[in-house]
Amino acid sequence: MSSNFYVQCAGVSDVLEVTLAKVTDAELVEVSNELALGLSLDEMKVVQAYFKSEGRNPTDVELQTISQTWSEHCCHKTFKGKIVFEGKEIDSLFRTYIARVTREIDAPWCFNVFEDNAGIVKFDKGYGIAAKVETHNHPSAIDPFGGAANGIGGVVRDIFGVWADPIACTGVSCFGPLDFDYNKLLVGVKHPKYLYRNVAAGLSFYGNNLGVPLVNGAICFDESFIGNVVACCGCFGLLPLDKYFKNAKVGDYIVMAGGRTGRDGIHGVTFASAEIMVDKSREVHNPAVQTSNPLAEEKLGRAIMILRDQRLASAITDLGGGGLSSAVGETAERYACGATVDLSKVPLKYLGLAPWEIYISESQERQLFIVPPENLEAALSVFEQEEVEAAAIGQLIKERRLKIVYQGSFVADVDMSFLFNVPIATKQAALAPCMFTEPEFAEPVDLTLTLMQLLGMPNIASKESVVRTYDHEVRGNTVLKPFQGKYAGPNDAAVLKPLDNSWKGLVVSCGVNPNYGKIDPYWMAASAIDEAIRNNLAVGGRRIALLDNFIWGNPEKPERLGSLVRACQACYDVAKAYRTPFISGKDSLYNESQMGPVTPTLIITAVGIVPDIRSTVSMDLKTSGNLLYLLGNTYPELGGSEYYKLNGYIGVSVPKVQPSKARKAYYNLTKAIGYGMVKSCHDLSDGGLAVAAAEMAFAGNIGLTLDLKAISNKAIKRNDFLLFSESNSRLLIEVSPKDRYDFEALMKNSCTLIGETTKTEELQIHGLNNDLIVDAPLLELRAAWKKTLSAEA
Amino acid sequence: MKNKNIKVCIIRVGGTSCDVETARAFQELGAQTEIKHVNELVKQDSLLDYNLLVFPGGSSFGDHIRSGVVFARTLYAKLGKQIEQFIAENRPILGISNGFQTLIEYGLLPGFEGIGQQQPQAVLTTNNPQGFKCQWVYLKNENKGNCLFTNQIPQDKILKIPIAHSEGCFLFPPGKEKSLLQKLVDNDMLVLRYCNENGAFANQTYPANPNGAYHDIAGICNKEGTIFGLMPHPERAMYWWQEPDWTTKTHTTPYGDGKLIFENILNNIILTQKQ
Repeated sequence: MSSNFYVQCAGVSDVLEVTLAKVTDAELVEVSNELALGLSLDEMKVVQAYFKSEGRNPTDVELQTISQTWSEHCCHKTFKGKIVFEGKEIDSLFRTYIARVTREIDAPWCFNVFEDNAGIVKFDKGYGIAAKVETHNHPSAIDPFGGAANGIGGVVRDIFGVWADPIACTGVSCFGPLDFDYNKLLVGVKHPKYLYRNVAAGLSFYGNNLGVPLVNGAICFDESFIGNVVACCGCFGLLPLDKYFKNAKVGDYIVMAGGRTGRDGIHGVTFASAEIMVDKSREVHNPAVQTSNPLAEEKLGRAIMILRDQRLASAITDLGGGGLSSAVGETAERYACGATVDLSKVPLKYLGLAPWEIYISESQERQLFIVPPENLEAALSVFEQEEVEAAAIGQLIKERRLKIVYQGSFVADVDMSFLFNVPIATKQAALAPCMFTEPEFAEPVDLTLTLMQLLGMPNIASKESVVRTYDHEVRGNTVLKPFQGKYAGPNDAAVLKPLDNSWKGLVVSCGVNPNYGKIDPYWMAASAIDEAIRNNLAVGGRRIALLDNFIWGNPEKPERLGSLVRACQACYDVAKAYRTPFISGKDSLYNESQMGPVTPTLIITAVGIVPDIRSTVSMDLKTSGNLLYLLGNTYPELGGSEYYKLNGYIGVSVPKVQPSKARKAYYNLTKAIGYGMVKSCHDLSDGGLAVAAAEMAFAGNIGLTLDLKAISNKAIKRNDFLLFSESNSRLLIEVSPKDRYDFEALMKNSCTLIGETTKTEELQIHGLNNDLIVDAPLLELRAAWKKTLSAEA
Repeated sequence: MKNKNIKVCIIRVGGTSCDVETARAFQELGAQTEIKHVNELVKQDSLLDYNLLVFPGGSSFGDHIRSGVVFARTLYAKLGKQIEQFIAENRPILGISNGFQTLIEYGLLPGFEGIGQQQPQAVLTTNNPQGFKCQWVYLKNENKGNCLFTNQIPQDKILKIPIAHSEGCFLFPPGKEKSLLQKLVDNDMLVLRYCNENGAFANQTYPANPNGAYHDIAGICNKEGTIFGLMPHPERAMYWWQEPDWTTKTHTTPYGDGKLIFENILNNIILTQKQ
């Protein structure tokens, strides 16, 4: 470090004064880089001007606090800032598209959205469901086990952060192809297989030891994830709504509890707000990933529930990105006060941490509480009984300033209004043209073989070898598990029964399809929303709320931002049409490395309810002699499909969504499920009709015969396109012949009878010219589906 | 005496996670059930107020050393005297999954030499094939009537209950397997064995035997039949809607097979009280 700018503060060790007053622009950038602040020149100038007005130089504690508060990760500059796109200025993507859906739908069952650590919807008997989904991509690229484990740990603490008891987790992860050539990897990039195994192990380790079931998720493979692994963890919690306390006031104590603070997780947020430099990743970024200790979190959770039930605290928030700096600052800001913090009182893992490190460390399993003075003793004794370390480290004060003390001296004293008035630059967005064309190739002769190959494609193949390593039924409330039927078919959504005295169920599903994002981010996002919703509907879910997770490249690059704008537009259009509000979300940007940017990916998590879990439906065929209906229309939409991928193409005919049409059909399907007419139901997604039909058949070990002529239409003249098109808003529905009349009357023209279940254990599909184009024993189909990933875990 | 007069204590420590659903199973059957942290029990000094102790599933103390070992040592150190008296009075103890590991580490199971011995005589070790597994298994009741937790369940009855663990492979010390197994059988301490859905024993093959346990052992009891440990989770097979295949069935009973075990011990506690 060039020593010119740094002076040891008098009277307090390990604190530097940074002489910003007279430095040049170039030197401002140098300071930002040397202290790893991640602040731009414009931002540094604002900082410089502020301290000039205060008549002194900043300390390193102050600069680091500002850096954390202003980071993309903490204040979401891209989603909240201004963007110029196609000649128009968008003032906040978040407000213009995401929050607007929720505001316009204005659902009375949305209890608390976007404001707190997690979104909360009303459930039953005075209880609410809290939901949060977060990505942990950057840490998982460096340390996949720790990154994924902390992904669970962090999102569970968000649920604690609204006083909810975690009842289920989800995990969506994306990797490069497992058979990727080692020799093509850049130095520092970990092989997809290593990442795959360790992310799975991390999720399993943390969730299982914590005792929260992991009930739903997805695993995707694509080359763009080689340098940018995706680890996305969700958590759902149950809380009595009358115990949702958020009424902190001046004079209340700031108490931190849980794990001790160490040097792990320094600069996590600034690291997550930049591209990964793969060749330096080990030495530069390793300190940014925390160690994880699910035992500490389990104990912390017990103490939190006791504090809640005894009403001992006035507010709670998790210590996540930005550590104390974010938690203290945001809490004081929320309750319109200031704060004093004494860093000497923070319990440390080991000696030698500088005050700025203590203040921004992201060590795991820590939670911040605001406790009224009269409850402090009682609160601390709860922690003691649960063997959780806790300390009062400060107080909320009336003066709107953040004052940090260390060894008896002030090491920071900043105006709150300056700290939270983040300077946000206007960003430019542009659309990149699509680079692909629609392929032309002959229809394969042996479509049975093609179906077998598709079932073995990594995105479609059974993930059982991984999913069985997650405890999906601890707490004993998992009603619909990840695998259904005697032969473990892939379930569309998980159903939980959170309350002992109610049959009402919680339905959790997800939607993700990165491949479409290569062609068109708008339809990729629209498809993800439709998929999440129809997965939820398939088991009987309704009253659906959505959570968004944007995984994008560097938003400073106009074409990355342009595709983000398009995806946000789709979120508004589709969610509005389906009347499914967003209740929480998170963006993970800067997913780029020297191996390129991530494919723009929107992960949608859908949370529905089912009035009575006894009416939920699974995806396995139930008995022979039943009728099979296809809900929705099939179009020549194979762009980004698994079928094109199998043939080495991407194409451009990406699946679109017509929500106004689909919504009516969906509504009637929910009714049919409620009436008990639906014996099984399965969503059509990757691999289209043929894959979904095969999965239903081999899961239940019930034969099936289909006739493509029933769905023939002018636009599609090919059997393979009818079999493997990935058009959205389609589901397969098994109905007993005795319900035929009622079902058809209810569904009107939205469903087509395409086949029936049989006694032979085979899948048989007749093509447009009556030929038998698919003819395979269920045993073989199942084996093809199970084989690919069976030994990879 | 009715179930409502029976007091059940579910003991928890940091890392316990299956206490609530285990308590729910006993409450469903009408027993008074309390979940108590070890620290509370130490303060209360009242273990003998209870008719049944349960060591539930989870990963006590993070299972950092060996599953259940720290839980066992903690119980011994903090509540050892009370537990000794509890057992001496023939009051029953149930250990599920991590609780079974704890009973083994404590030396209470198999407990050939009675209580007070310090060395475990068996081990529940890393699964073979390795790794955490969450799946449903079939178990056959092999007990001839000694075990107070299964003696009303017909012999050879097949139960369907899930497992969720990474260290559930039951082994005896090398070289002593046969003699110790003989001892188990002779004293009617063998209770549950892994089998397939038709009742044929798994013969240590996956997946019917999910962890490679010797002789397909899934659960054993002590000589007196009062202490019972099992790797599967009966509390997750209490209600029909917890079963993995309920959507394929029409239901005649509101309960799953796990209930049989809880009901069995409560019935026996009532019988003992009457005598």
